[in-house]
Amino acid sequence: MNTLKSRTFPGVQATAIFAFLFLYTPIIVLVFLSFNQSDLTAIWQGFSLNGYVEIWQDPYLLRAAQNSLIVASSAMLVSTLAATLAALALRGHDFIGKSIITTLIGLPLLAPGIVIAVAALMFFSFTGLEPSLITVIVTHIVFCIPFAYLPIQARLSRADPHLIDAAKDLYANPWRVFWRVTWPQLMPGVTAGALLAFITSMDDFIITYFVAGPGATTLPIYIFETIGRSISPKINAVSTLILGISVLFIALAYFIGRQKQK
Amino acid sequence: MMNFWANLNLPRRRLLLLSPVLLLLLGGMVLPMVIMAIASFSGAADYGGVLWGKFSAAAYAQFLFEQNFSDQLVFNSDYLLIFFRSFQLSLLTTLGCLLLGFPTALFIASRPVQYRNILLILVSIPFWTNLLVRIYAWIALLRDGGIIEQLLRHLRIIKAPSLGLMYTNTATEIGLLYAFLPFMVLPIYASLARLDWRLVDAAHDLGANGWQVLRRIIMPLALPGIIAGCTLVFVPALGMYIIPNLLGGSKFLMIGNLVHLQFTNAHNWPFGAAISFVLLGLAILGVLMRKVHSIKTGEHAS
Repeated sequence: MNTLKSRTFPGVQATAIFAFLFLYTPIIVLVFLSFNQSDLTAIWQGFSLNGYVEIWQDPYLLRAAQNSLIVASSAMLVSTLAATLAALALRGHDFIGKSIITTLIGLPLLAPGIVIAVAALMFFSFTGLEPSLITVIVTHIVFCIPFAYLPIQARLSRADPHLIDAAKDLYANPWRVFWRVTWPQLMPGVTAGALLAFITSMDDFIITYFVAGPGATTLPIYIFETIGRSISPKINAVSTLILGISVLFIALAYFIGRQKQK
Repeated sequence: MMNFWANLNLPRRRLLLLSPVLLLLLGGMVLPMVIMAIASFSGAADYGGVLWGKFSAAAYAQFLFEQNFSDQLVFNSDYLLIFFRSFQLSLLTTLGCLLLGFPTALFIASRPVQYRNILLILVSIPFWTNLLVRIYAWIALLRDGGIIEQLLRHLRIIKAPSLGLMYTNTATEIGLLYAFLPFMVLPIYASLARLDWRLVDAAHDLGANGWQVLRRIIMPLALPGIIAGCTLVFVPALGMYIIPNLLGGSKFLMIGNLVHLQFTNAHNWPFGAAISFVLLGLAILGVLMRKVHSIKTGEHAS
């Protein structure tokens, strides 16, 4: 019935189809071209995996991939842990300062990326810390916090507080209550939050670009520096791999986050 | 460990649980922004860097004036033009995203539940995948001899040797529209998901036409989402760096590129900090406007 009524708005379906085509054309083109034999990316000259093979022959690229993984894993671990503890502290009734703290947690989402980048650079310059992989990790931890926090908070807000009361009535100690009652309810949110923090960190370009030292090139920085010079099937292949990993993680985050929710 | 926890009262437990987040966000976000604000009011060191503790409003004066060779301040409209262009492009992006995004959100909201989820994931995938990678794909589409040009030539729509799409404001605008479309669709959908379609049916039964239903029922309900979407698109678009850099070329700077230039070629860190501080102010203003609206309408839209 709903679908019938929506047809009363002329152009809605056509616009939606156009929007989806608009969103997916570049992605499909990119994947397609990564299997191209030709060095001239825009012309199809037959199927080839050369781009993917070349990835393993470029030590600079492998180093960038390694850095990206180190940064994203560290940022994911610390930001998810901090976000989980915060979500546990902030659940339930309002208390003084609760809204201030939730605004603070949302701050990295609110500020434009370049502002966070400049602020981080200023901070490291003021404190005299040399740019390195460590400065990158610290900055990534901070801006990943809201991405980890939101799915965890959403999960907790739907959890049934009566279960905790019931466990307490049955003489479970706080430790047992947490591991047997709270954690199983929380876990899908924590996993989803961790996955989102990971891809947020993997995807960041501008902040890393400002705070990374010469030895701290990540994948997005590598791609940016390389496409300034030329376009090659190798870059298409790397991009396709990054795209594939992101899609996999989003799908995982989505399905885990939704589990047992119905 | 267990006893220690049991002996704490509720506020102390809370503080303990919150301490990592507070430490990280106050130390890693708020403090750096305060330092950035101080830097914007400091003198500039000759080869980059900041003369900490040396107060100067020169960075803010630089928005409008420059020193000529005889040390006089003369009016300079270069930076104003970059700001003006950024506002123009961001506004156009917001409008374009709204025109494309509102029908898309409405379309998704009007599907049966099982299709909605699939369509929502389809909108969120580009939102979460690497922007640099997606913008890079546009280069293959837009550049001279690129896919769009080949296609149009194949269809015999164009004959000219090249379209010259790359490195123009048009290319930047396409990139911005593309990057921010999901930021518009998702919040509008969130508002429309709560729409009671029986109201739409009732209005139809009472003789309202499609346009009236849209204006009187759907639009008011979607308004919090539209406002959220507009701020989510407009403010970050203003500070965007990679899109104008990769698609716009060096001639068409936006505020984000101007900031980056101050840290590289121009070696004027306080000016870079001042521009960033202004951008942050705009972002906070955007959020406040949304808050005021949601208080006015009595809705909790955030």
